[in-house]
Amino acid sequence: MSNIHVTTTINGDKVEFLADPRETLLDCLRDKVGLTGSKEGCGTGDCGACSVTVDGTLVCSCLVLGVEAEGKDIRTIEGMAEGGTLHPLQRKFIEHAALQCGFCTPGLLVASKALLDKNPSPTEEEVRYWIAGNLCRCTGYDKIVRAIMDAAAELRGEAA
Amino acid sequence: MGILKVHLWSGLRRFAEGAEQVEVEATTIGTMLDGLKAAYPGLAPIIDAGVSVAIDDEIVNGSRHRALAPENEIFILQKIKGG
Amino acid sequence: MAKDEYREFRLVGTRPDRPDGLDKVTGRARYGADMTAPGMLWGAVVRSPHAHARIVKIDATKALALDGVKSVVTRADFPEGLTGEDWNLQENTIAGERALYDGHAVAAVAATSRFLAEEAARLIEVEYEVLPHVIDVDEAMKPNAPVIREGVSDATVPEGMSPNVVRKIEFGNGDVDAAFAAADLVMEKSFKTEATHQGYIEPHACVGQMGADGKGEMWVCTQGQWYIRKMCSAVLGTEASQLRVTPSEIGGGFGGKTTIFMEPLALALSRKAGGKPVKIVMSRSEVLRATGPTASASMDVKLGMKKDGTLSGVKVEFRMQGGAFPGAPTEFALYCGLAPYTFGAVEAVGYDVIANRPRCAAYRAPGAPMGSFAVESLLDEMCIELGLDALDVRFKNAVVTGDRAAYGPKFGSIGFVETLEAVKNHPNLLAELGPNQGRGIAAGYWFNHNGETSVSMAISEDGTVQVSVGTPDIGGSRASIALMVAETLGIAYEDVRVNIAETGSLGVNEPTHGSRATFASGKAAVLATEAAIKEMCKRAANEWGIEPEAVEWKDGAARPAGPNAGQFPPMTIKEIGAAMGSTGGPISGHHESLPDGVGASFGAHVVDVEVDPETGRTTILRYLVVQDAGRAIHPSYVEGQYQGGAAQGIGWALNEEYVYDDKGRLQNSVFLDYRVPLASDLPMIDTVIVEVPNPGHPYGVRGVGETGITPPLPALANAVRAATGVRMTHLPMSPSKVLAALKAR
Repeated sequence: MSNIHVTTTINGDKVEFLADPRETLLDCLRDKVGLTGSKEGCGTGDCGACSVTVDGTLVCSCLVLGVEAEGKDIRTIEGMAEGGTLHPLQRKFIEHAALQCGFCTPGLLVASKALLDKNPSPTEEEVRYWIAGNLCRCTGYDKIVRAIMDAAAELRGEAA
Repeated sequence: MGILKVHLWSGLRRFAEGAEQVEVEATTIGTMLDGLKAAYPGLAPIIDAGVSVAIDDEIVNGSRHRALAPENEIFILQKIKGG
Repeated sequence: MAKDEYREFRLVGTRPDRPDGLDKVTGRARYGADMTAPGMLWGAVVRSPHAHARIVKIDATKALALDGVKSVVTRADFPEGLTGEDWNLQENTIAGERALYDGHAVAAVAATSRFLAEEAARLIEVEYEVLPHVIDVDEAMKPNAPVIREGVSDATVPEGMSPNVVRKIEFGNGDVDAAFAAADLVMEKSFKTEATHQGYIEPHACVGQMGADGKGEMWVCTQGQWYIRKMCSAVLGTEASQLRVTPSEIGGGFGGKTTIFMEPLALALSRKAGGKPVKIVMSRSEVLRATGPTASASMDVKLGMKKDGTLSGVKVEFRMQGGAFPGAPTEFALYCGLAPYTFGAVEAVGYDVIANRPRCAAYRAPGAPMGSFAVESLLDEMCIELGLDALDVRFKNAVVTGDRAAYGPKFGSIGFVETLEAVKNHPNLLAELGPNQGRGIAAGYWFNHNGETSVSMAISEDGTVQVSVGTPDIGGSRASIALMVAETLGIAYEDVRVNIAETGSLGVNEPTHGSRATFASGKAAVLATEAAIKEMCKRAANEWGIEPEAVEWKDGAARPAGPNAGQFPPMTIKEIGAAMGSTGGPISGHHESLPDGVGASFGAHVVDVEVDPETGRTTILRYLVVQDAGRAIHPSYVEGQYQGGAAQGIGWALNEEYVYDDKGRLQNSVFLDYRVPLASDLPMIDTVIVEVPNPGHPYGVRGVGETGITPPLPALANAVRAATGVRMTHLPMSPSKVLAALKAR
């Protein structure tokens, strides 16, 4: 099967790659573009480790074809920090020990940023249901939920 | 050499003429295990497959040269590892 | 040895950022599948679709005819004549005469792309003769059950049992029949638990390279790089030292990454493809079908109790299947299930049984959750029958330091009673419960483990420190080891870098398993540091022209030990490091041992649930974990272990199970159907860290990783009993099962 030329924007940079039409966006990010921060935990859209945004919409990149990235604005974990400055979510995840193995962390960060972009004041229940599509097997989610709530408070300008 | 008293888990006792506790002349874990194998050849495959040894209140793995004394309470246990 | 008795801690017990945090929140950290190598091929594995089948023929002609397919391996490419555990490993890596479970690897192929490798795998034709199979442990023990393999049983198995029974475990003391006769209440019940998977989110992945000379390299996600080296070398018939294994960051393991699966296949494919590196990344379905899981269990328990709650005797028989190979953790189920209490008379029997399922791997406190489920559930039922408080009865029978465990030896320093005290004082016990709500309490135990350990540390020219350990960091062990080294040296936490070493740069290390990383690598790191301190004191002594014994180390500097040693200003680690090139060369410290002084860890959990009478769904309202850590070096990561263990136990209790069809094929090999807990399933998980320092560790560490998965199974069953009046004896307590039990009430 011949490959298809894709031109897209990833984390603000113009990127071109050749995609096998069967290839997922996740495979293209990881194997064609070299952005291995997005992880494959299941390949069936159940675990959320591959979460990215496409034109601002949170998706599992394992359920999107690479060729669908044509002309889109893709955001991944690698674009979350601004230069050397971590996003408050990233900082709060470290501070709260919200990661153990760290494998689900990129997906959880991308997903929770999408939540806070939409809803700056989520309740604990809203956080839990929003990240229900991101599996973590290490933490029991306690410290993750706390980190997200704390980052939201900081982004709202409330003292922690 | 001291005479050590060694407790066997009950599944091992039929290889040691039914005894719950056997006596072995030895000074270390290694010589104790070797002594058990020599006295009761039926124990050899089980000991060779790996066992842990409890000395008083500590479970010990893999330390053949650790000294043992007659006053130690010694148990043979299935080998302990973990996840 | 315990320094806590006289020392105030500067760093131990604080919560600094973990050293690998930045890499892990930015996507930079490299896991198993994140590696590529020049000229790399992709591998794919052909797996048996049958639970049990003779392999008649494997024909790879069509696959090899594809452009870009570079090698195919079958069992014929592996050496013959292996025995014992080496043979087990080889047979599980790639089937020989028969496929022994659904998902068992039968062939593998390497090609220039992932798609091509997958296509080639589909073109490899395997002819099977399907054989009768058996899945359930009790069925597998029956005399007429299909035989998985003859000759596996060891000498402990009495004659006349099915060849599927491969080990018998027995221990006991006293006269249980007399104990039951003297008891006021004797109850017996049978319990079952289903197989569950460790469920790490990172599938197994590796890049392996091996030349015709047997020299090779491997990048792999593993809990133990030396185990990978030893096991791959055994399976391939190569020399261990010729294979260099580098551990990637690891995306969870929980015991499941302490052994090999497709790693030797990658190396064999590479060797056959002229030494090109081969990458194999498992799919989630492959992970669930062919790796992990834990054993399933069928258990009978009989307990005797006096009216005041004193236990007088226990009789148990546990039967566990651990897949097609020996190794179900039956002995640990017995040991740990019975560990928390003094029972009086004990009679314990266990069987390790093989069946047509994937080979069980270690899973967090292997066996302990099943054993605790059976014993703690029956204990709870007896408390209800006698109208006794479940916590009081646990206090009454709890083991203390010096008590004899049910399995024989005495306990060293333990903190079970202190743990129960902390439970008793926790506000969660005062929370009011409404209709359909109930509270469950249960205890749990894990031994903890030492294991082969080798650590090296070195002083840099600027006085900062690097530490090389052999235990991969799964949950923050770099942070805890850096804290202990910095504490010992009297320097800043940030001045210590902890590296996870590849196999070429340290002596042999056992994996991060048995809750040992912070205990064993931590203790070895402290002892290595003390060796380097001794050398630094010597350098100062030489400079000052005094005896090394007249120099002491304090707050990051060598100092004269007293007024008689002479008047010299402190020589800091920075000064010593800067000068070491001209004072005798590099300064480093090593420690290699099986560290002694392992401290066991007890825990107790309290859960409040609400059971929906219309759907049978169990909602967790509150959850409390109390556990003895010995000492929490980095409390956040200790809490994390408690919370994570509880969450896995909750999944096991409520939803997770391996579901097979009548042909023995796994029916739920994706996360949609293999239902692990989601954020929306759980409340916050409250924790209390009890600290009864372990005298065998320089900072009192016990090891905390495993105990926490043990109490949730019985605690939830006890809570459901309290909420509904129904005793659930078969896990998981999925909504349909609970609903059926409610209807039968």
